[in-house]
Amino acid sequence: MRRQTFSALALIKGALIAHRGWQPQWRKPEPKPSYDAVIVGGGGHGLGAAYYLAKEHGFTNIAVLEKGWIGGGNTGRNTTIIRSNYLFNESAALYDHSLKMWEDLSQVLNYNVMFSPRGVMMLAHTVHDIQVSKRHVHANRCNGVDNEWLEPEQAKEFCPPLNISDNIRYPVLGAALQRRGGTARHDAVAWGYARAADALGVDIIENCEVTGFQLGANGAVEALETTRGLIRSRKVGVSAAGSTSVVLGLAGIRLPLESFPLQALVSEPIKPVFPCVVMSNTIHAYVSQSDKGELVIGAGTDAYTSYTQRGALHINSHTLDAVCELFPQFRRLRMMRNWGGIVDVTPDRSPIIAKTPVPGLYVNCGWGTGGFKATPGSAHVFAWTIARDEPHPINAPFTIERFRDGHLIDEAAAAAVAH
Amino acid sequence: MLLIACPYCGNRPEIEFSYGGEAHLVRAANPALLDDQTWTDFLYMRSNTKGVYAERWRHVRGCGRFFNALRDTTTDHFLAVYKTGEPRPALDGGDA
Repeated sequence: MRRQTFSALALIKGALIAHRGWQPQWRKPEPKPSYDAVIVGGGGHGLGAAYYLAKEHGFTNIAVLEKGWIGGGNTGRNTTIIRSNYLFNESAALYDHSLKMWEDLSQVLNYNVMFSPRGVMMLAHTVHDIQVSKRHVHANRCNGVDNEWLEPEQAKEFCPPLNISDNIRYPVLGAALQRRGGTARHDAVAWGYARAADALGVDIIENCEVTGFQLGANGAVEALETTRGLIRSRKVGVSAAGSTSVVLGLAGIRLPLESFPLQALVSEPIKPVFPCVVMSNTIHAYVSQSDKGELVIGAGTDAYTSYTQRGALHINSHTLDAVCELFPQFRRLRMMRNWGGIVDVTPDRSPIIAKTPVPGLYVNCGWGTGGFKATPGSAHVFAWTIARDEPHPINAPFTIERFRDGHLIDEAAAAAVAH
Repeated sequence: MLLIACPYCGNRPEIEFSYGGEAHLVRAANPALLDDQTWTDFLYMRSNTKGVYAERWRHVRGCGRFFNALRDTTTDHFLAVYKTGEPRPALDGGDA
């Protein structure tokens, strides 16, 4: 099926016929009885994995099964922050692999994901913050990841709305700035990957929930039971975020995951006032401004595990306290919407992209509160893992067995990294 | 915000409590005798149930005591609270 190509010229042509000539961006096929590989979960990570399986590994008979609609989970619920300033070598390699892929993703997919490397600035409010931030700056630079230390005046120069007065509860004592970091349009990531994967023959099947696995005599995966019938496949990649424990539980696999609600909210739209992304992990505020003009604000996780995709108001209220102190001019803004997503958190706050104890069954999970930034890189190495039945060197450390063998990638303990 | 019925203090707002994760995970009397996988299962592996989940709470800004609760993680409704050491109560109609 020939796809329309997007370009400025195509837009102008479209305008001349009142935009009546645009076609659907992907098919809505019925599931086939059998595939060479099946991805469970139609978010950015899953759709991307299907795309790279088709594009780089020659798989042409693939399906993505999505219980709801594509991009309707955490891909559509996050605050779209992209950065790679993680402390440990393993993490830096993984997240920077992803950041580099963001840089030309719009061209690769011929779909504008609106990647905007406007700079991510992480604030320090205590002596401990300063020490940890500087440690991150140095560690990042050793790994070829850009990160620089800013004094408070330099931070204010980079982000003029920032309040650097010393009479607030947690004054700004400095900041670490990753200039290559930024934001992207979350829906466009799902849609861009879906469109590109579909063009390579991938079947994207929505409203299709996996209800069971059929394993062969040797214990390997043979088929999936779904709400739309039995689907045979000897390779299954699960990329189901907060529902991963549930899906892999169907195959008898227990994981080191807990699923928590994570909330975000947006303000009413205003004129452009906010040039970058500002994060404060100590007082818990994440702010950027979308192209529509809304301030996009990330709040924290609720204390308890839940699958409700909503959280408590006091979590948002706590974040707004911090935002109002750092940016007093936002105090009169009204908040327009808030929502929650279910994030799957590992004990060391690093993801799992690995083979499982069941042959032919692979998992990409545990991204916790920070999976969006990793979408292209994660999808890329997950596709490699599925295609070759062995991990890419970048995701080789991110196994399930690391919890048994003691090789944790403990970003949880590396304070100043938001989770 | 959840309203949580502490078995000692009655209904109190969630912000008085801290969450203790999955309940009824029993620490081995002598962990040194465990193999790595069994120890890993105790330390890290969690049921993370979608549905009725037995979990620990601590009324940290109240009486300070731990207790257990059954909560439906698809609705956040509490179905039962019970004291530490008591067995998981059976629910009418079974554990949906």
